[in-house]
Amino acid sequence: MTGPATVFDKPTDYIGKSIPRSDASRLLRGKGHYVDDIQLPRMVHAVFLRSPHAHARIISIDIKEAEKAKGVIAIYTGNDIAKHVKPYVGVLSHLPGLRSPAQYPLALDVARWQGEPVAVVVCSSRALGEDALELINITYEPLPAVTDTLDALSSESPLIHGEYDSNLAWKREVEVGSLDKALSGDDVIVIERQMKFGRHTGVTLETRATVCDYVPGDDELIMYYAGQAPHMLQFILAKHLSMLEENVRVVAHDIGGSFGIKVHTYGDEIATAIIAKLLKRPVKFTADRLESFVTDIHARDHVVNVKIGVRKDGSIVGIGFNDFTGIGPFSMYPRTSAIECNQILNLTGAPYQFEHYQAVGNVVFQNKTLMCQYRAVGHPIAMAISDCMLEEAARVIGMDPVQIRKKNLIPDDAYPTKSATGMRFDDLSHHACLDKLLEIMNYDKLLSDQEEHRKKGIYRGIGFVSLVEVTNPSPMFYGIGGAPIASQDGATVRLDAAGALHVSSSVTEQGQGTNAILQQIAADVFGVSIERVKVTTGDTATVPYGGGTWASRGAGIGGEAMLQAAYALKEQVLSTAAVILQAKAEELDIASGEVVLKSSGEQKISLGDLAKIVYYRGNELPNDLQPELIATRHYRVTDFPFVFTNGAMAAHVEVDTNTGLIKILHFWAVEDCGRVINPQLVDDQIRGGVVQGIGGALYEECVYDADGQMQNASMADYLVPMASEMPEITVAHVETFTKTSVLGAKGAGEAGTGGAPAAIMNAVNNALSPLNCGIWQMPMTPERVLRALGKI
Amino acid sequence: MMKTAQITLTINGEKHIEDVPVRMNLADFIRTKIGLTGTHVGCEHGVCGACTLFLDGVTIRSCLTLAVQADGSEITTIEGYETDKNASDLIKNFHTRNALQCGYCTPGMLASSIEYIEQGNPADRELVKQHISGNYCRCTGYQAIVDAICTTIEERQN
Amino acid sequence: MKAPDFSYEKPNSIPGILSLLEKDELECQLLAGGQSLMPMMNFRMATPKTIVDISGVSELSLITDTPKAIEIGAMVRYCELQDSDVIQKFCPLITMVIPHIAHPAIRNRGTIGGSIGLSDPAAELPAVLLALDGKVEVSSNKGIREEPANKFFKGIYETACSSNELITKIILPKALPKQKFGFYEISRRHGDYAMAGVCIAQDQDLTVRVAFFGVAEKALRIASIEKVLSGNSDFSQSIIENAQNAAEDIQFEGDMNAGPEVKKHLAKVVLERALEGIK
Repeated sequence: MTGPATVFDKPTDYIGKSIPRSDASRLLRGKGHYVDDIQLPRMVHAVFLRSPHAHARIISIDIKEAEKAKGVIAIYTGNDIAKHVKPYVGVLSHLPGLRSPAQYPLALDVARWQGEPVAVVVCSSRALGEDALELINITYEPLPAVTDTLDALSSESPLIHGEYDSNLAWKREVEVGSLDKALSGDDVIVIERQMKFGRHTGVTLETRATVCDYVPGDDELIMYYAGQAPHMLQFILAKHLSMLEENVRVVAHDIGGSFGIKVHTYGDEIATAIIAKLLKRPVKFTADRLESFVTDIHARDHVVNVKIGVRKDGSIVGIGFNDFTGIGPFSMYPRTSAIECNQILNLTGAPYQFEHYQAVGNVVFQNKTLMCQYRAVGHPIAMAISDCMLEEAARVIGMDPVQIRKKNLIPDDAYPTKSATGMRFDDLSHHACLDKLLEIMNYDKLLSDQEEHRKKGIYRGIGFVSLVEVTNPSPMFYGIGGAPIASQDGATVRLDAAGALHVSSSVTEQGQGTNAILQQIAADVFGVSIERVKVTTGDTATVPYGGGTWASRGAGIGGEAMLQAAYALKEQVLSTAAVILQAKAEELDIASGEVVLKSSGEQKISLGDLAKIVYYRGNELPNDLQPELIATRHYRVTDFPFVFTNGAMAAHVEVDTNTGLIKILHFWAVEDCGRVINPQLVDDQIRGGVVQGIGGALYEECVYDADGQMQNASMADYLVPMASEMPEITVAHVETFTKTSVLGAKGAGEAGTGGAPAAIMNAVNNALSPLNCGIWQMPMTPERVLRALGKI
Repeated sequence: MMKTAQITLTINGEKHIEDVPVRMNLADFIRTKIGLTGTHVGCEHGVCGACTLFLDGVTIRSCLTLAVQADGSEITTIEGYETDKNASDLIKNFHTRNALQCGYCTPGMLASSIEYIEQGNPADRELVKQHISGNYCRCTGYQAIVDAICTTIEERQN
Repeated sequence: MKAPDFSYEKPNSIPGILSLLEKDELECQLLAGGQSLMPMMNFRMATPKTIVDISGVSELSLITDTPKAIEIGAMVRYCELQDSDVIQKFCPLITMVIPHIAHPAIRNRGTIGGSIGLSDPAAELPAVLLALDGKVEVSSNKGIREEPANKFFKGIYETACSSNELITKIILPKALPKQKFGFYEISRRHGDYAMAGVCIAQDQDLTVRVAFFGVAEKALRIASIEKVLSGNSDFSQSIIENAQNAAEDIQFEGDMNAGPEVKKHLAKVVLERALEGIK
């Protein structure tokens, strides 16, 4: 066999090993390159004035006093900025019916959420800019705020957009089989609940930031960008600022956490680019934490009326639900704010076999911060709907939660197959993952521990989730709907004169170790020591064209492109070596930086010597040989809309029934993400994801009052998971390689965040079951737990 | 009345004499005036811990201290931990255990870890977690950080 | 989130501080540890014209063991309280409480005077002062006065200390061998402000003082609970229940994490747990 598939015919040196990330060395010595670290000559600061109202007409803006303030260089209102930008609309053609009005970077006549930018001061320092903001005098006419998602759909509700007949942005209905009829069967037990999922946000430790510079002679705009998709932003800037795309350069160096927060188009960032162009000098905008809370995208915010029908033997007859989600006043550009709801409709119940499914999604405008895709888009809701209802059904019929899962999970030998909702699945392993989970958690021991503690009045619970995870998206995710978001990624690998490899890739690094796995793959496939592989990502001027890192696609798509490129370069190098060595290429191999004889391993020529002949002493080569010591390959998923990952997780909790506090005693996660390229990186990716899931389950919620004011927009009041309360998280793997690529890797970034909330809710309800109560709202705060218990 | 002040301080063993606006906090001063950008700013209200560094031997939030308050003091930042705090083993263990992902919390996390270890505290996971519970990390889930700290203590004990 | 412009003064004597405080036109704000003030300034919720840094006066940083009392200078930091043998011996309740206040880097800067002077309803030290029946020494150009703890805290961020005055000392009676103390607080995360908390002191003559924090508009003692508990050498379940019932007298105030009903419930829980743990 020849070709890239032979890569795994022999043991690997790096793929599959826990190699420490080389990037981390400089970060540990304070030598990161985050956007806010950048200080350019003549750089000024853009400081935004934001609407204090959730909904208000802007009657007048008086900037006279502010213009005189110290350090002020320019002040722009929404209308000033609007002159220099084509508006954008957050819709996609494959989400038929989704509507959202044209949006500008700053509010024009009406502000529609607390935090929407209305004016911007350009100033010599951030502090002076904040002083000047206080001198801008805006007269607002407050308008009634639409805040509650359900009320927003009532015919009595004020309209956020006068041109629409209601506050509904999008509605989708899915019907498979005949749910109502099926649930009316005599042998069917039907359970109905209302589930609520709080609105939360990403709280990246590095806030959003950009430095934009403009080079007049070249008409070149350079944006230093803390974000995940440089080429997407390049397209957007070019289109909306009416520039040639090649004259826009987007550079992403180190990024202090992203999780989907930094993959969207934010008005303040676009305005910063416009200002750099207008002033022809570098302009920095770094959101402060208060701005982050009210302008970074929010996520979740769902009310779901759900029912499940099961038979006495535990088999699921069907699942139905009606989901209402509030997305803020616009659909976010360019990914739209309908994707989370769409995912919920697609993914709910996906691990299980059942016939009848009826789901309705309602995506609703409201006067709150825009909602869009944050880590594990839709997953925590979809998994909680099916798995929390399934465990509730198990309690009602008196069945063990593991047994009811085993009864309903799609058999591991059933693939390829389709879910009830029509999702195409291959290479999944729900049963194997659940079995492995039971093995590592010692379920039987936990059950006896639970009994012992109940006797002492201590309420411990065990909860599970079986999950699927959308990874490695194909063009069917965004590109098909007209979004400038590449689904393919490219990798270029070059042999340098010293025998080292230089890799550049269109996927980006936000800390998850993308650069590290590119190094591992390139070194392994090509045959050099990993120390001799340098990686460049994030710069549209130098890397191949591609989508970036989001939806857990970096390893699966970017990694496969890397594998293909490294293999191609190896073939090129060996064909050159064959000429130099007067041997046959197929008899040669590369190992540890040397061209060797495949048969004996005998070293024939080092890569450095070979490269030097090619680069410096071409006179030694035959005239008809023009060696190419560089190769580029691209890769996209073609056979499936997504490559699904699956897993099984469990939480062990203790509920203090007097305080309502929930302590997570331990958490277990088994993940099948196909080939594991770096076990340590994957395990910690899962752990970090689980902890974000714990945040959604127990702590995180953007609390709004009826006027649309966010009440807890500070880090003191918006609670994120901190070390003291976090459990140890045991991670294990089942490896079912995806057949869609040679590498066989699927994504792993969403699983923890997507699965943990359902497992924890199940564990809490398992703990509370002897007290005949349950909780169906996240986050499960002490107050909500006490209410469920009837203590208050 | 003083709106600017001249301050003299030592940062990672290097003496600096600088004029500062009195309202400028220490984090901004170190990042923008001195150019040591390894100290990160995450919340500017003392909660996230990213800006934690050493002032006269103890950890402080540099966003909650004015630069002028640091006049006459000795400061150590992440750029100095390897040499001035003899923390190369901790740094190595953070690296090999993958106790950082995006790296943004790392300066503060290292500061709190160094303080915990310097105080002679044990490799007790619950105590370590309590000590670093004022340092927010969104990426790791904390387990790897606790591992790295405990490993360092155990290695020093042996 | 940059602090607004202000002037900065760092006097090196108490009279130096007091003479600045006398000048109303300076709109002075005292800066001790800054762990509450600096966030408020960064939020631009506090906009003083003049910051008076009191860290230049060394006598404000002393812990003094006098025959009758322990006197703690206003600038004594939490970490110094935590490490002090004198405090551990004579004010063990403080030693119990300090680890629950925020996090190490905050405790390395925050001061006792700052906490007492701020009167944050959810902070621990005002309740400690109340439970220990301490006093606050307040100085101004007019002289020095001692304000008893139970008259010092007036409301949210409101105390008996006026804008021309400086808290110079916290004066606490020395713990006697048979005195006992209890403390319990509930917070959602370690180091957060309490959802509910209580400090309890039982004197040698079995007089009990109970001070709650995090449940009302200020830290406060509840006479009805103290009446139930006083005179008992230990606390049976029925005494605890009576004390819990007496907690209904509290005017509960909700916050971000808990409404008044939750506060009422948790006040009873912390009371029970503190009494169970009393030593």
